[in-house]
Amino acid sequence: MTAPRLSIEELSAISLRDGDRPILRRVALSVGTGEVHGLVGESGAGKSTIAKAILGIIPSQVKVTGGRIGFEGRDLLSLSAAELRAVLGRDIALVPQDPSTALNPSRRIDAQMTDGLRLKRGLAMKEARLRARALLEEVQIRDPDRVLVSYPHQLSGGMRQRVLIAAAFGLEPKLVIADEPTTALDVTVQKQILRLIRSLQERHGTSVLFVSHDLGVVAKICDRVTVLYMGKVVEQGATVEVLAAPRHAYTKALLAANPRYDRPDTGLEPTPPELIAALRAEIAAFDANAGTGPRDG
Amino acid sequence: MEHWSPTSITDTGTQPHSVAARLARDPKVVCAGGFILFLILLAIGAPLIAPKDPLAQNLLMTTVPPVGFADAEPGFLLGTDGLGRDVLSRVIFGSRVSLTVAFVAAGLACLIGSLLGLMAGFLGNVVDALISRLVDVWMAFPPVLLSILLVALLGTGLHSVIAAIVVIDWTRFCRVVRTETMGQAQMDYVVAARTIGFSRPSILFREIFPNVVPVLIALLTLEMGIAVVVEAILSFVGLSVSSDTPTWGGMIAEGRQIVHEAWWVLAAPLAALFATVVAFNQIGDGLARSLDPVLRR
Amino acid sequence: MADDLLVARGLVVSYGRHAGPAVLHGVDIHVGKGETVGIVGESGSGKTTLGRALLGLVKPATGSVVFDGNDITTLDERARRPLRRRMQMIFQDPMSSLNPRHTIGRILTEPVLLHGVARDRQTALALVYGVLDRVGLSRETVDRYSYELSGGQRQRVGIARAVVLRPDFVLADEIVSGLDVSTQAQVLRLLKELTGEMHLALAFISHDLSVVRSICQRVVVMREGRVVEEGPCERVFAAPQAAYTRMLIDAIPLPTVDPGWLTRGASVEATTTA
Repeated sequence: MTAPRLSIEELSAISLRDGDRPILRRVALSVGTGEVHGLVGESGAGKSTIAKAILGIIPSQVKVTGGRIGFEGRDLLSLSAAELRAVLGRDIALVPQDPSTALNPSRRIDAQMTDGLRLKRGLAMKEARLRARALLEEVQIRDPDRVLVSYPHQLSGGMRQRVLIAAAFGLEPKLVIADEPTTALDVTVQKQILRLIRSLQERHGTSVLFVSHDLGVVAKICDRVTVLYMGKVVEQGATVEVLAAPRHAYTKALLAANPRYDRPDTGLEPTPPELIAALRAEIAAFDANAGTGPRDG
Repeated sequence: MEHWSPTSITDTGTQPHSVAARLARDPKVVCAGGFILFLILLAIGAPLIAPKDPLAQNLLMTTVPPVGFADAEPGFLLGTDGLGRDVLSRVIFGSRVSLTVAFVAAGLACLIGSLLGLMAGFLGNVVDALISRLVDVWMAFPPVLLSILLVALLGTGLHSVIAAIVVIDWTRFCRVVRTETMGQAQMDYVVAARTIGFSRPSILFREIFPNVVPVLIALLTLEMGIAVVVEAILSFVGLSVSSDTPTWGGMIAEGRQIVHEAWWVLAAPLAALFATVVAFNQIGDGLARSLDPVLRR
Repeated sequence: MADDLLVARGLVVSYGRHAGPAVLHGVDIHVGKGETVGIVGESGSGKTTLGRALLGLVKPATGSVVFDGNDITTLDERARRPLRRRMQMIFQDPMSSLNPRHTIGRILTEPVLLHGVARDRQTALALVYGVLDRVGLSRETVDRYSYELSGGQRQRVGIARAVVLRPDFVLADEIVSGLDVSTQAQVLRLLKELTGEMHLALAFISHDLSVVRSICQRVVVMREGRVVEEGPCERVFAAPQAAYTRMLIDAIPLPTVDPGWLTRGASVEATTTA
């Protein structure tokens, strides 16, 4: 078994604003080479905190209190700002959630796409532009020249997301963090984008950490999945196993609460109060044991 | 909070937040507020508080320095001016003019501007077109010339100072209120009020206006600071009240001429002016800052 | 049909004063008494505009909206007022549909007092308490403001407001988008129960077909301002007739691993989307 590309160990974090409330509780997960790993949880579970920790953009009110993010043999948490900058963009890239806010509305696409290429690869403008054009073709944009000279508002949401994906994969990173990349898109466009991410990922052997709240999306694109509840990993494994035979009660509850068009009576099962109580108790026990609970006084 | 035990895993409420509470926590706003309050008391109680008659000239005691410097006289805390008048008493009485102008002029400008702004924003179409055109044309007039024209027509005095400020600054309120109103009119709760069947005037005053008020108050306090400065400028050039009544601007004009022999005659009113405007700005600033999160939450 | 409560025919709605681009190109839709109809479509389908037209919030260029025998497109605001009581709406974003300056109590009692359902504040409040109980919110909620509540609680206030007048018809516009799956399940279940108890006709606008399947009896599929397909949910989902409907259903990712899913239908999509 080859070493994983990304290896998160015992990652813990607290919120300084909320009296040191724990946001992440000893999270452990690993993403292998060429693997698409889903990070699933509802809002507040801590998934974007993990993504931000990897990218080094944790907000000031959140503090990492322990753990390690191993990437290419180094702990990302221990790198200096300069070292981290060298790694980002070149080896780790981000596909953000909202394509309309991720692009600068007053700059043309070609300018924004060539930024990274010129900075990280040292390409001259002309070569960078050619590469950008090739990237747009790779993400199946039929009219790359037109798109290159367009401004973001002239493109549809799906188109913008393709541009962002092209930019992310363009530097041939080893790891791409996709932060809910299809949440803001129509469902038909979502399918196209998922297909695109998968094909790019397969072609380049990129590892992807796919953050999502949607179990359906995760089922279709992720090889393995980690289920997060209140900052704690409750289930982890091959997607096929986790979905077909979930072991943790929370995973089961999530699946039951999801409506399915092929099963008309699903989607109306709110999580029973007993389960919530049990989950809370489990977290409390974990905190007491691991010392990750909010401190008194 | 709910009378079943919470059935949703991640559903939690937020803490109550009132604007007043948040403002009270900001030391700058509290100080500024305190200062304005103090000034108001000073202005109201001027005849009782001021140690001397501000108009009483004493040609034997001209240009006496403030207490603490050589040659000072005990009864004249801030010294006397070129005609032997007590600087402190004049500053205190000067606050009457400044505050009167601040509240009356800013208040009137606010009233007129807001009414027109509300109408323009809510009624739209022809009414909006007319009012907006009016504002555009009006704002094309150079404000300084307009004020001089007004004073020339109405004669010098507090009424023309107030008129000048109102005539020029109502447009500021109109524009802001119009924009806010239009923004509010887009909100779903206005649509909700329509579906429930409330009449248009009812919607304007129950739903829209209360949400415009906070911004209006912030603007009003800023306008008060502006009004104070405008009055000072007008009295500096002799276009304000008669030269008998002490005004800060007038004192600055006099003080400027004898600044080398009696710097305190200039410094005192200048300091008072400065402190007052800063105080108004701090309150307005604090209001603007604390209102945003409430509205955007 | 005898049992139809709301019938819209030939609705054409455009934005802008005169020859603006049409958002609805002649839409027909009907909702029977006590029936739940889903209106689905992607962005640009016109489903939100259709909803607003059904409630008389936008005026169609042509077409009619007949509610219980009254064509509301021909009525002015005053004549519409008594009908307003019977047609209500629940919004997508409870944050922007609940006035942050009003207490929840005020938001819920005002409609009741306006329409004379209760004559004084006491009676109105009693009624409101009843509704709050039914939607699962505590009585203390009347003193709260919208920003003090969680997303699920706010949405429940939205539902409470819609049903407090005991209307005959409710329009729900994307009311669960943006809610966590467990909160969504609660809200949907509540809505299903209420429509049953109160014999409410419900038009449920959503981009999420799976959600529509869970609570709707009939579904109307829209695309770019036109109705593409319409029929009982069972039939439409099992055997969709329009190609677009098939593509839409196929694009929904079910939480089961299916390796062929990603590549299926690629050629069809390429010709029909941007």
